[in-house]
Amino acid sequence: MLAYKLAYKNLLGAGLRTWLNVFVLSLSLVLLVMAWGILEGWNIQAKKDMKEWEVGGGEYWHELYDPLDPMSFKDGQGMIPPEIEKLYNSGEAVPVLVSQATVYPEGRMRNILLKGIDPSQQIVKMPASLMNGDTTVINAIIGIRMAKATKLSENDRVTIRWRDANGTFDASEIRIAGIFHSNVATIDNNQIWLPLDRLQKMTSMKGHASYIILKRGLMSAPTIPGWIHKGYDVLFADFNTIIKTKHIASSTVYLILLSLALLAVFDTQVLSIFRREKEIGTYIALGMTRWQVVWLFTVEGAMHSVLAVIAGAIWGTPLLYLLSKYGLAMPKGTEGYGFTLAEKIYPVYGAETIIIMSVIVMAATAIVSYIPSRKIAKMKPTEALRGKVQ
Amino acid sequence: MENSEIISVRDLTKRFPMGLSEFTALRGISLEFSRGEFSGVVGPSGSGKTTLLNIIGLLDNPTDGDVIILGNPSKNLSVKEAAMIRRKHMGFIFQTYNLLPVYTVFENVEFPLLLLSMSTGERKKAVLEALAWVGLSDKEKSKPAQLSGGECQRVAIARAMVKRPEIVLADEPTANLDADNSHHILQTMEKLNKELHTTFIFATHDEKVISYLRRKITLVDGKVSHDDVLKP
Repeated sequence: MLAYKLAYKNLLGAGLRTWLNVFVLSLSLVLLVMAWGILEGWNIQAKKDMKEWEVGGGEYWHELYDPLDPMSFKDGQGMIPPEIEKLYNSGEAVPVLVSQATVYPEGRMRNILLKGIDPSQQIVKMPASLMNGDTTVINAIIGIRMAKATKLSENDRVTIRWRDANGTFDASEIRIAGIFHSNVATIDNNQIWLPLDRLQKMTSMKGHASYIILKRGLMSAPTIPGWIHKGYDVLFADFNTIIKTKHIASSTVYLILLSLALLAVFDTQVLSIFRREKEIGTYIALGMTRWQVVWLFTVEGAMHSVLAVIAGAIWGTPLLYLLSKYGLAMPKGTEGYGFTLAEKIYPVYGAETIIIMSVIVMAATAIVSYIPSRKIAKMKPTEALRGKVQ
Repeated sequence: MENSEIISVRDLTKRFPMGLSEFTALRGISLEFSRGEFSGVVGPSGSGKTTLLNIIGLLDNPTDGDVIILGNPSKNLSVKEAAMIRRKHMGFIFQTYNLLPVYTVFENVEFPLLLLSMSTGERKKAVLEALAWVGLSDKEKSKPAQLSGGECQRVAIARAMVKRPEIVLADEPTANLDADNSHHILQTMEKLNKELHTTFIFATHDEKVISYLRRKITLVDGKVSHDDVLKP
C-alpha cells in the first residue's frame, strides 16, 4: 500500500512528463478499443445484412453446386426435392437457380450470372416483387454495384444471352424493373435477378434450383439426398476470415502505437532511475530494501497505465459513444470491394473488449516499468547517495 | 544507559577496487561508541570519514573486520535485516539534505514513519513534534524547493529524528550552509542529543561542527590518529 501511495505522489509530482505519457497511453488504448469496436460493429452489421439479404437461416446447396466454380453451374442444379417443395409452399424456403450468361450494355459484352428467385418470396430482403408486372418483357432487378458497372438504370432494356440445359444459345431483351441497394456485394456484383419460373423456362430447367434459402429461425435441417445443408459456419467462413485478417492488421497498427507509448514509459523509467539515483539512495538509507525501491519504481511506471485508463475513460467514452451513435462513414467506392460493408459502420464495444485492452495496456506498461527498475537492485546505496552515474 | 556501548567497530578495513589495483580507504580501525555520544569523525578529504559512516550505517560492507550495531554484527546481517535496523534505529543527515522533492515538508518528515507502519494519528503527532524541534512548524506544507538551505537541513534533521532513533549519522551536515545556519542546526542537534539521548556521529572537517563535538576522532589516511574527548 505504501508503494502505491508513494508511487502516486511521485507520479503526480513529475508533472507534465507524466501527463504526456498518460495521454499517449490513453490514446493507444482508446484507438485499440475503437479499432476493435469498428471491426466488431462491421462483423455484427455485415452478418445481419447477409442473413437478411443473402443466406436467410441457412441454405441447401445442390451437391454439385460450387459458387466459386462457374463450370459447376450447369450440373450443380437439380429438381427441387419434395421436402424443400413443402417448405417452399409454406413460405419457409425459397429456391434459387443460377446460370451463366452474358449481358450487352451499350454494346459491350460482360459475363454475368443469372439468378432466378420467386418474386413473391419473403425469405430475404431482395425486392423480388419488382419483377412482377408487365409480362410481355422479362423483368429483372439488379443491385447498385451492377447498375454502376453496366451504367444501367431503371426501365433500361438490355440484351442477355445464355445457354439452356441442352447447350443451345438463346438471347433476349430484359427490362431493368428495379435497382436495389444492399450492403451485400455477393448478391449484386455481376448478377441479374430474374423471376425463377422465367429463368427455369429460359434454361429448360423447369422445377430446378441450384440452392435453397431457408427462412431464419427454422429449427431443423433434415438430411436430403443430393443436397447439402450449409449453416452459418460455412456461409460466413469467408467473411470471418476477412474479419480475422482485419483484426490482425488493425491490431498490428495500433500495437505499434502502443509500443511507442510504452517506449515513452520505458524511457521515462530509465531517465527516472538515472536522474533519481540520490533519491533511490535516500530511500535505502531511510530503511527501504532495494527490492522495495524496485517495486516502488515499477508501480510508479505501471501507474501511468492506471491513469491512462482513467484518462481514456474520461475523453474516450464520449468519443466512442458518438461514434457508435452516428457511425463511421466508409470511404466512397467500398461497394466495389466485393465483401459486405455498409456505407456507415456503427462500432460495437463489449465490456470484455475494453477490459482485455485495458489489461493488455496495464500489463505491458508494468513490464516495461519493471525492466529498467531492476537496475536499482544492483545499485550500491553509497554510490546512489552520491548521485553517481552508473 | 548513558555509557552503554551502542556501536563497536572492530579492526575495520575497507578496500575499493581501483582499476587493476585496490585503494585502501580504512585500515584496521577499532572504535566504540556509547549511547548519547555527540562525536565526530574528522579529517581531510579522502581520509575515509564517509566510508566509515557508510559502514556504520550498514550502507556498505567492510572488507575485513566488523561493525556491531546494537549487538548485531554487520557480517551476519542480510540486506533486509540491515534495512530493518536502518529503518528502526538509525537516522541519516546528508550534506545535500536529500529531501524528496515532490513531497511537502510534512510528508518528507513523515516518510520514515510510513515505513514503520505507524497509524495516521501517531504519525501526525510525531511529525508536528519533530517540526517543532527544528522550528519549522509553519512550513509543513512547503515543498523543499521553496525552502532555504538551512531550512532544508532542518527538515532533514526532523526526518532523521522523527522516529527517535538510537543513532543519527550526519555526513558533512553544514557543508552547504552559512555560519548562522550552521550554528542554528548544530544547536538543534545538540539540544536533541541532550533531550533524547540520541547518539550523533558526524563526518566533518568543518571547524564549526568540531567546536560542538564532545568527542573528536581524527582519521588520517584511513587510520585513527587521535581519539579525543573534548568535553566531558
